[in-house]
Amino acid sequence: MNLSKQQTFSRRSFLKTSALASGGMLISFNLFTACKSDVKPPIDISQLNFNDFNAFIKISDEGKVTIFSPNPEIGQGVKTSMPMLIAEELDVPWDDVYIEQGVLDTENYTRQLAGGSQSIRLGWEPLRQTGATAKQMLVNAAAAKWGISPSECKASQGVITNPKGETLGYGDVVKEAALLDVPEDVKLKDPEDFTIIGKNTSNVDIDKIITGKPLFGLDYKEEGMVYASVLRPPAFGQVLESFDDTAARALSGVIDVVVIGEKARAHLEGDKKSWTAQLSKSDKVVVIAKTTWAAIKGKKAIKAVWKNDSELESTESHDKILLDLLNGEKFDTRRKDGNVKKAFANADKILERTYESPFLPHNCMEPMNFFANVTPEKVHLVGPVQTPEDAAKVVSNMLDRKLEDIHLEMTRMGGGFGRRLYGDFVYEAVEIADKIKKPVKMVSTREDDMTTGVYRPAIKYKIAASIKDGKLTGYHLKEAAVNINMYGLIPNFFPAAALENYQVDTVNYQSNITTGAWRAPYTNFLASAEQSFFDELAETLEVDRVQLHLDLLENVKNNPEPNIEYSPERLQGVIKMVVDKSNWGKTDPGVYQGFSVYYCHNTHVAEVADIVMENGNPVVKKVTCAVDCGVVVNPLGALNQVKGGVIDGIGHTMYSELAFKDGVPQSNNFNSYQLIRMGQTPQVDVHFVKNNIAPTGLGEPTLPPVGAAVANAIYKATGKRLTKQPYISNMDLEKVVG
Amino acid sequence: MATFNLKINNKKHTVEVDEDTPLLWVLRDHIDLVGTKFGCGIGQCGACTVHVDGNAMRSCLLQVSQAEGMSITTIEGLSEDGSHPVQQAWKEIDVPQCGYCQSGQIMTASAFLNQNSNPSNSEIRDAMHGNICRCASYNSIEKAVKVAADKIS
Repeated sequence: MNLSKQQTFSRRSFLKTSALASGGMLISFNLFTACKSDVKPPIDISQLNFNDFNAFIKISDEGKVTIFSPNPEIGQGVKTSMPMLIAEELDVPWDDVYIEQGVLDTENYTRQLAGGSQSIRLGWEPLRQTGATAKQMLVNAAAAKWGISPSECKASQGVITNPKGETLGYGDVVKEAALLDVPEDVKLKDPEDFTIIGKNTSNVDIDKIITGKPLFGLDYKEEGMVYASVLRPPAFGQVLESFDDTAARALSGVIDVVVIGEKARAHLEGDKKSWTAQLSKSDKVVVIAKTTWAAIKGKKAIKAVWKNDSELESTESHDKILLDLLNGEKFDTRRKDGNVKKAFANADKILERTYESPFLPHNCMEPMNFFANVTPEKVHLVGPVQTPEDAAKVVSNMLDRKLEDIHLEMTRMGGGFGRRLYGDFVYEAVEIADKIKKPVKMVSTREDDMTTGVYRPAIKYKIAASIKDGKLTGYHLKEAAVNINMYGLIPNFFPAAALENYQVDTVNYQSNITTGAWRAPYTNFLASAEQSFFDELAETLEVDRVQLHLDLLENVKNNPEPNIEYSPERLQGVIKMVVDKSNWGKTDPGVYQGFSVYYCHNTHVAEVADIVMENGNPVVKKVTCAVDCGVVVNPLGALNQVKGGVIDGIGHTMYSELAFKDGVPQSNNFNSYQLIRMGQTPQVDVHFVKNNIAPTGLGEPTLPPVGAAVANAIYKATGKRLTKQPYISNMDLEKVVG
Repeated sequence: MATFNLKINNKKHTVEVDEDTPLLWVLRDHIDLVGTKFGCGIGQCGACTVHVDGNAMRSCLLQVSQAEGMSITTIEGLSEDGSHPVQQAWKEIDVPQCGYCQSGQIMTASAFLNQNSNPSNSEIRDAMHGNICRCASYNSIEKAVKVAADKIS
């Protein structure tokens, strides 16, 4: 091994270029490795092989550029924004760029994940470097042709120009460029010179969407494909005892009835607690049919007997258990600054409130579904999943097949919100396909989807503040949650480091109801609770609620703490911006405003909700939203994300809940579960802080703060503090404080 | 099983299905028109909206036996090339996020504007209230309906 080469190893060596037999050049790189912030170069570069590359740029000899975008598209716009970063530095006209969902097999696509609003943040530098490197190779090739130095050439908009004014298109030099060494140390553009980043760019699939072309998992078809509808236990805690399929088999279009579950359980042996283990406990009855409708009808005709396997839980008992835990002593301390106990002992006033939230299903508009075909040659999988690599690994283990045999194609996803991080529907489809030896599509109905989900767990917070001589002296937050606590994430978010005496404690209750990540995991309810509390705290302290935040952030600036994740300056920036843009405190009579500010998913957001009372009900008319996410890569897409997050947040804090009784979800479709609709939506007025800081995500961070902005505005209008979500169901006098 | 003659996007189709099959599944599974989406199956979300004799209807609630003799238009037949003013407005505003509900939104909006090409804001909000967008692209939908109305009138 050449040691000197190893020492000069750079991130760009993850690139590989090759000449294409059909003409043109192919630049391959590993998006995931390139985008991971803490990536370490491999010890031996020869260990890298072509299979390590999962993203490609093809430049044809006509100069047309195709970017194979490997990141799953769930509606967050990365299929558009990530290629924009490459095209910017490659310096080609955006109209000449084609985006394709890349070659879809697990050999080339082994590391992809959509979740956590991280795609743009991690891709910002490496994707631009990739584009810039490709451009430099094209320039080097042109310079060699002309016999001059590359530094004498200029490249812009797909054309390279020499000092004499002669030009070569990118396509004219691809053949030569493909054979050159990959250059090190390319220079990235000054943000002032961006021509694509920062410009409104339409969703790359827009034409297909508006004309109804097949794009989603549910749209995928194959010759000879059959459909499967899965009957799962009606209650969490129940398993299948027996079933009678006579009526189902008698229906026209029904081909077969099979039972699955064994393979999933064998794979999960020893795992009792995970969401997959919970969802795989029972056998499931599967109706195989020629059409979706016949499969659904067949499933309804199955007469199943279920038996209790563990406790059948109810919301009523959860409420009691979580409140008891909050009032108990069994906590894990996540962060402890100063001495909260002493601060509370010395306080002359204590403000304490409990905030409560229900379970929430994801309710992606496209119900869970997946295609599978298990043959001796390969396992072919097609559909919408946010974690394809993990799914492929599980399938390989379940079927005892080599990972190379698993070919997983990702489709566009009809929403994700965290649900498609969990691959239970992939495993079901695989087990069915393995059993019937036919290509099959597993299709969930809305009822299946809502009642056998992986939910945002019910959570309760008790927040207390100690006050001495009119000053805030201590802050103590306790969390009691079903299954999942906030891990190590939140203790370094605001208001951590703003207070001398600060403590966060958590405790959880292990339930057999499956729970998992839901849009803006960990903070989607925490922000509502904390920012509602701060509103009341400011009132108790008799200080302005905006000024209270600015002062606390000033404390952070004066006592810098290395572990905190947020920037006090940037939070102050969005606060000042939202105050200015919302006409804070200067609204017309009858309009009530609520303020909220939050940092999560690396983005700083402040929001003001304007509400009016109509027939005794609060109506959110407008939300002003100030966002600092660094450079806004695609303003058009960014606006969509911000507005969607705000309205989604209002919908779920105001209207949505999934209750349980004896293990059975009490809502199963949109007639018994309320999602926000157009008539309930405010106009969202969005303002981005302009700076050149590397961009951060937008899929999630505008959702968490809005619940408190609305609750604080409703308080101003009604004098009632809302502490239990969904607010609309809990607005009667008994359940509100004040 | 029975045979049904359907007129979809100005083309005749003959299908052999159970008479209780919803038009939605006939379109998707039998005629390969998958632009009409399955969202809830009970007429609550609007993802499956099509035009039946010019009126917006939920294809998940319309049995194939009821659809005979009617002129059915799906998103694929709204225009030949995506040039319908509503489709163009959707593109101009870049409405979709995940995009799944949007064909239903477009079909609802186009039937509505056909009956009221100069709607007020509250008429638009009422007309679109039955279509759920889980990504909550409602502000953009509302704006796009206004843009489409301007294009039409």
